[in-house]
Amino acid sequence: MTYLIEGETGTWEVVIGLEVHCQVISQSKLFSGSSTTYGAEPNSQVSLVDAAMPGMLPVINGACVEQAVKTGLGLRAKINKHSVFARKNYFYADLPQGYQISQYEQPIVGEGKLVLDMPDGSSREVGIERLHLEQDAGKSMHDQHPSKSLIDLNRSGVALMEIVSKPDLREPEEAGAYLRKLRSILRYLGTCDGNMEEGSMRCDVNVSVRPLGNDELRTRCEVKNVNSVRFVMQAIEAEARRQVDVYENGGEIVQETRLFDPAKGETRSMRSKENAHDYRYFPDPDLLPLEFDDAFVEKIRDALPELPDDKKSRFIADFGLTPYDASVLVVDQANADYFEAVADGRDGKIAANWVINNLFGALGKAGKSVGESPVSAENLGKLLDLLKEDVISGRIAKDVFEIMWETGGDPEAIVEEKGLKQVTDTGAIEAAVDAVIAANPDKVADVKGGKEKLLGWFTGQVMKSTQGKANPGMVNEILKKKILG
Amino acid sequence: MALDKTTVANIAVLARIDVEEDRMEALAGELSGILNWIEQLGEVNTDGVAPMTSVADLALAWREDKVTDGGYQDRVLANAPEQQDGCFTVPKVME
Repeated sequence: MTYLIEGETGTWEVVIGLEVHCQVISQSKLFSGSSTTYGAEPNSQVSLVDAAMPGMLPVINGACVEQAVKTGLGLRAKINKHSVFARKNYFYADLPQGYQISQYEQPIVGEGKLVLDMPDGSSREVGIERLHLEQDAGKSMHDQHPSKSLIDLNRSGVALMEIVSKPDLREPEEAGAYLRKLRSILRYLGTCDGNMEEGSMRCDVNVSVRPLGNDELRTRCEVKNVNSVRFVMQAIEAEARRQVDVYENGGEIVQETRLFDPAKGETRSMRSKENAHDYRYFPDPDLLPLEFDDAFVEKIRDALPELPDDKKSRFIADFGLTPYDASVLVVDQANADYFEAVADGRDGKIAANWVINNLFGALGKAGKSVGESPVSAENLGKLLDLLKEDVISGRIAKDVFEIMWETGGDPEAIVEEKGLKQVTDTGAIEAAVDAVIAANPDKVADVKGGKEKLLGWFTGQVMKSTQGKANPGMVNEILKKKILG
Repeated sequence: MALDKTTVANIAVLARIDVEEDRMEALAGELSGILNWIEQLGEVNTDGVAPMTSVADLALAWREDKVTDGGYQDRVLANAPEQQDGCFTVPKVME
């Protein structure tokens, strides 16, 4: 299901690369001791380093280095034990230093890879180009004053990891899958909370197009600061379409920074950034190279949690799940833990069905996370036991689940109290079958005349007359015996 | 290395320095002179010398991840020519 654009002159392919800025989870900033807490009083979490007062010197936060290495290991990337901070110079009101301390030619993390889990259950591998550490800028507010912008430097100097993909993505859907997977890994690792709405994960999208079958990389445009997975996908579609139109009308694409307008569904040029690509990088003279040894890396590696890809493989191997079900379950660590608690000692496939279809369905509708689920993993497990032991039928199990969802109750108690136990008493079922047969002589004749499909209708009637409590297998058997002999 | 007037004009824009047109020629000469002077370093034979970033044999100092600074909005804003609601104010920058 490759994504291609049909133009007037032919078919076009889209080439996408993503640069994702991820705010590092840490108490204090990358180069100063001020706090990183979100939502504080403006300029109350600013040190004189963050405000770029003359003579202030940056000192690196070791925890941020660990977080970057941890993320690099999670992306199965090359860790560079020697890296260098550089100044990226540009002029903007929320950048008091006049430069961002970043890494340029020698980043802390080199090439790695990310596996995409596509909606159809297939997997694809995307290259990671690099990960580097850098400072975040302050925040500008443009809507508080008619002729002024307000600047809050609380975010200034917070550590970011910029994670750059190779231009390996070809479809908006792949870009979406990339962001979701990256977010999942970061959350497992606890290195970034991955919250795009609050801006702790921000995405710049590089887009170019080329005629299908052509291997060249054409001039790309960078669409800045797209703040949701959905908008990233829309921005790619809009920008790719625009570029195809430009080429087909005989134009050329100029490398530039563009902004996505979700309301209009289009991208437009950011003229203010025309000169912005001349960053005049040079090594920051205030900082020596960042160095650490193998022991530092190995200590972090030893403490890594089981990551989504490994968990997915284990779920497939140990529980016999489909790749799709496994990938759905492992997106979030809490979801995966819940599933494992339900599946423990039970049929994994049945557990996965219940967790994905019934529990996630109900959670999604209620806008709740698995941590807020009124149905505990223990109780859902007990419900599956009742099903397996034929104490209740599948239909009743769904009703019991709904009661559990409403009340948070124990399924055994609910079944007992409401008298929902399955009827496996042959005499009682035969009586119910006889009653249905007696009431429908013409349909009985039809079945005898060859319309055996009608037997399903009889089963339905018997189940209805027993309020779903009859064992459907036994009902079928008795019906066949009584009607067809 | 010689800089031309266009390059000097571009550097001035990037540095946010307002340079009068009639100063460009002279500045181009001065800056070229500085670059040529620095380029003398290229004459030194550095074969077999590892690249270095500092003359002192020091390692980068690391800090612990603790909040030890900030909490003084008044000091941060003390030199601001203009402020409002705890923020610096600057001429409007809009996209």
